[in-house]
Amino acid sequence: MSDEQSFTLDGRRIPFQNGQTVMQAALEAGVYIPHLCFNPEFTPHGSCRVCLVKVNNRMQAACTTPAADGQTVQSETEELREIRRGILQMLFVEGNHVCPACEKSGACQLQAVAYYTGMLAPHFKHFYPRRPVDASHPEAVIDFNRCILCELCVRASRDVDGKNIFAVEGRGIQAHLVVNTPSGQLGATGFSLHDKAAQVCPTGSILTKHRGYDIPIGQRLYDRKPINVVGDVAQLPDRQGGRRHD
Amino acid sequence: MVESSMLTETIRDIVQHHSGMPTRLLQILRDVQDRLTWLSPETLERVAEELSISPNKVRSVAEFYSFLYTTPRGRYDILFSDNITDRMLGNRELLHYLCGRLKVSIGETRSDGLVTIGTTSCTGMCDQGPAALVNGYTLTRLNPSRLDGIANLIESRIPLAEWPRELFEVYSNLRRADILLGRHFADGSALRAVLKRGPEAIMEEMVKSGLRGQGGAGFGSAAKWISCRNAPGNVKYVVCNADEGEPGTFKDRVLMQDFADLVFEGMTLCGRVIGAQHGFVYLRGEYRYMLNPLKATLQRRREAGLLGEAILGDISFNFDIEIHLGAGAYVCGEESALIESLEGKHGVPRIRPPFPTTHGYLNKPTVVNNVETFAAAAKIAVEGGDWFASRGTAQSKGTKLLSVSGDCERPGIYEYPFGITVNRVLEDCGAHDAQGIQMAGPAGHMISAKQFDRRICFEDLATGGSFMVFDQKRDILDGVRNFAHFFVHESCGFCTPCRVGTSLMRDLMDKVHTGHGTRYDLEEMRKLGRIMQAGCHCGLGQTAPNPVLDSLDQFPEAYERRLRSTAYEPAFDLNAALEEARQLTGRSDPGAYLNEEDLLVGAMP
Repeated sequence: MSDEQSFTLDGRRIPFQNGQTVMQAALEAGVYIPHLCFNPEFTPHGSCRVCLVKVNNRMQAACTTPAADGQTVQSETEELREIRRGILQMLFVEGNHVCPACEKSGACQLQAVAYYTGMLAPHFKHFYPRRPVDASHPEAVIDFNRCILCELCVRASRDVDGKNIFAVEGRGIQAHLVVNTPSGQLGATGFSLHDKAAQVCPTGSILTKHRGYDIPIGQRLYDRKPINVVGDVAQLPDRQGGRRHD
Repeated sequence: MVESSMLTETIRDIVQHHSGMPTRLLQILRDVQDRLTWLSPETLERVAEELSISPNKVRSVAEFYSFLYTTPRGRYDILFSDNITDRMLGNRELLHYLCGRLKVSIGETRSDGLVTIGTTSCTGMCDQGPAALVNGYTLTRLNPSRLDGIANLIESRIPLAEWPRELFEVYSNLRRADILLGRHFADGSALRAVLKRGPEAIMEEMVKSGLRGQGGAGFGSAAKWISCRNAPGNVKYVVCNADEGEPGTFKDRVLMQDFADLVFEGMTLCGRVIGAQHGFVYLRGEYRYMLNPLKATLQRRREAGLLGEAILGDISFNFDIEIHLGAGAYVCGEESALIESLEGKHGVPRIRPPFPTTHGYLNKPTVVNNVETFAAAAKIAVEGGDWFASRGTAQSKGTKLLSVSGDCERPGIYEYPFGITVNRVLEDCGAHDAQGIQMAGPAGHMISAKQFDRRICFEDLATGGSFMVFDQKRDILDGVRNFAHFFVHESCGFCTPCRVGTSLMRDLMDKVHTGHGTRYDLEEMRKLGRIMQAGCHCGLGQTAPNPVLDSLDQFPEAYERRLRSTAYEPAFDLNAALEEARQLTGRSDPGAYLNEEDLLVGAMP
C-alpha cells in the first residue's frame, strides 16, 4: 500500500490531494461524473445538483464534497441515474427548450448530459415561462428561455472578465438571469464575444450572432460520441465545435 | 413623488444612521421603505451609491425578501397570515370581507394608493389568529367587527400610532411551565456563575446537561460551543436564531416577549465561553412589534452592567448585542442562510462544510443557536448540567417548549420534559377529536391517530416545537395543499430540485385537491418527493415534500376519495385553454365548448 490518499468511486480507486473535491479528483483520474454548474476553472457552486453521488451512503453533490481518505462513493447506480434524470427533466420544463430548432443542438451540455443519463422526454408538466430574447447586442443574443441558472456567466463576468455584467435576481421559481444595466439590455454593456462569460454557457442561452449552423446537425460535438468521452463544451476549442476561444 | 434631492437626503440620513455599513443593507432597505412605502429603481440606485456597492447587489436583496417591495404599495399595507391554522379560524372569509369593505382586490394596491391587501406565510400567532400585519405590525384575533374598525381607521387615514392598542395586543398563552419557564431566574446570575467558576467549568456543565439544539435539528450545543471556542481567531460571534418561520411555531416569540433577559443572558454567557464580544439576534420580520421593547431591554441590561463594556465590573468581559430584523424569508431560519442575511445579502444557504463554528459571520467562528437553547444554557450555568439532565430521556435531556395550535380548546405554549407522549399533549390542550397532528411544522411529520402514543424526543418525534392539531371534521388535504404552496413561496431558488420541484409538487397537489388526480399522479408525487429529499441543497428543500409523502402514507383515504377512476388525466385542461379564444371571439354558444359539462363550468361566474 502507498501512503497516497484515495477513495473508491464505483469500486475504482481514485487518488486525491488534500483540498480536492470528489469531482476534481474523479475528473483528474479520467472518471466522468455528470455535471452542469461545475466548471473546473471556477469555484464550485453546487446548485444544479446533477452531480449527486452517494458518499458513504449519504447523498452529496460531488462538486462540493471534499474528498476524504477511504470514502466509498457511488455514482453510476440506477438510483442515482433516476434522480439525475428527474433533475434534468425539471430543468427542461422550467425553461423553454426546443432542441430540434436550437442552434446549439448537438453541442449543448444540457442536452448531452440528458442523453447521458438516459433522459428521453421532459416528463413533467411544462411551465412555458414568458422570457423575451435580448438581441440588443451587435455580436451576441441572450435567449433567457434556455437559461438553467448555473451562474457560470455570472461568475465568469464578475471573477474573470471583471465586468460584472450578469446576475440572478428574484426568489424561488421567480429567480431569473438579469443583465446589470438600468435598461437590462446586453447592448448597453461592455460585453464582448472574447469575454470568458461568452464561453462558459452549458446551454444555448448566449449565442453568437451572424453565425449559425456552421457544423451541420449530425456532425456536432455530441452527435457521435457521448459527453463522458468528448468532455464539456466550455472546455473544448471552437474549432472542435466547443465554446472556448484559444 | 419624492423630489430627487430629498430622496438623496433621506437615503443618506438612513445610510449614515447605519454607519454606512453594507452588512446592514437589509436594515437600511427596511428603513428606507418605511419612509417611502416602496423601493423604486431610483431609490435602489441611490442606496447603492451611498454604500458604494454595485446596484445589482442591492436589487438582489430587494427582490429576495417578501417584505421588501419593488412595486408601489399602499400607505396601509395589510398582509393576512395564511397558515392552515389561520384558515381553520376563517382567515379567507375575513380577507375577502376586508377587501370588500375597502374596495380593493387581493394583492393589489387601491387606485388612490391608500391600501394594499395581500397574504403572507405564518406570522406566528396561531394561538390567537386569524392574524395579519399592518405595515409590519401584528394584528391578532381578527373578526368582522375588528375589521370594520380597521377599515374605518384606514379610510379616515388615521396614523398607525393612533390606532387602538388592543388591536395589536399579543397574548403569551403560557399554559404549562416546567424547569425552564417555571423557576425564577435572577438577572445576572449566569454571568456571575461564569465569572466565578470560569468558562471551562461552564462548558463542563453544558456537556453534562446534554442540551441539544432546540430549533429542532438537535445538534449538541456543548460541542458547538467547544468547536467555536477552539477555532483559531480573535474575533468570534454569537448569533441567536429568532427567525422562527416554521408554520405553527411561536414559542420563541413568547420567550423573546416574556423572557428576553434569560435569552440575552444565555447569549452573553456564550460570548464569555467562546471568547466573542459581539452578538446578534436575528429577529424574524413578522415580530417587528418587539423590536423597540427588546432594544429597551438591551439598554436596561447595559445600564445594569450586564451588557456592554466591563460586564459586572470585570474589565475583560465585554459583550454587546445587536438586533437584526428579517424581512419575510423562511429559508433564513437555516443557519448559513441566516448568516448571509446578517451580512446584508439575500438568504441562500451556504455550502457546508465549512460550518459556522469555524467560518460563520464574515467568515469568523460563530455559534448560531436557537432562542430556547440560549435560554436553557443560562439556566444550566446557574443550576448545573445534572439538574437539567434529570429531566427528559436518554438522548433528549431537559424540556421542550411546544407551540400548540389548531383544533384544541387551549392553544398556547406548553413546556414538557422530553419523552412526553402526543396523547398527553392532546389531553392537556383539550383536543378531543384529533385525526392528525402536523409535528414540527410542514418540514416535520404528519402523524395520524394510530401514532398518538409516540414520544416527543429526538429518539422518536423530533421537533422544533410546532404542534398543529387537525380534528375529524378537517380535510387533511387542505393542510397538505397549504403547505405545498408555502414551500413554493419560500424556496430560495438556488438549487434545481427545490426551485422546480416545489412548483411541480404544488401543481400535482392542486390537481388532486380539485378532484382531477389519478393513481398515476399519486405515484408521481412520491417520485418527485424522493428526488427532492435526496437532491436538494439544504434542509428546506429536503423536507419540503414531507407533508405530501406523510399524508400519502398516513391518510390514504383522504386521497382515495378524490381520485378519478381513470388511470391517467392530463395536466393540460383543454377546455380552460380555449377560454382565451372564446373571450376574443365573444362566443359562449355550445359549439365553443368541448362538451356539455364544460359549458356549465364555463357559464359560471
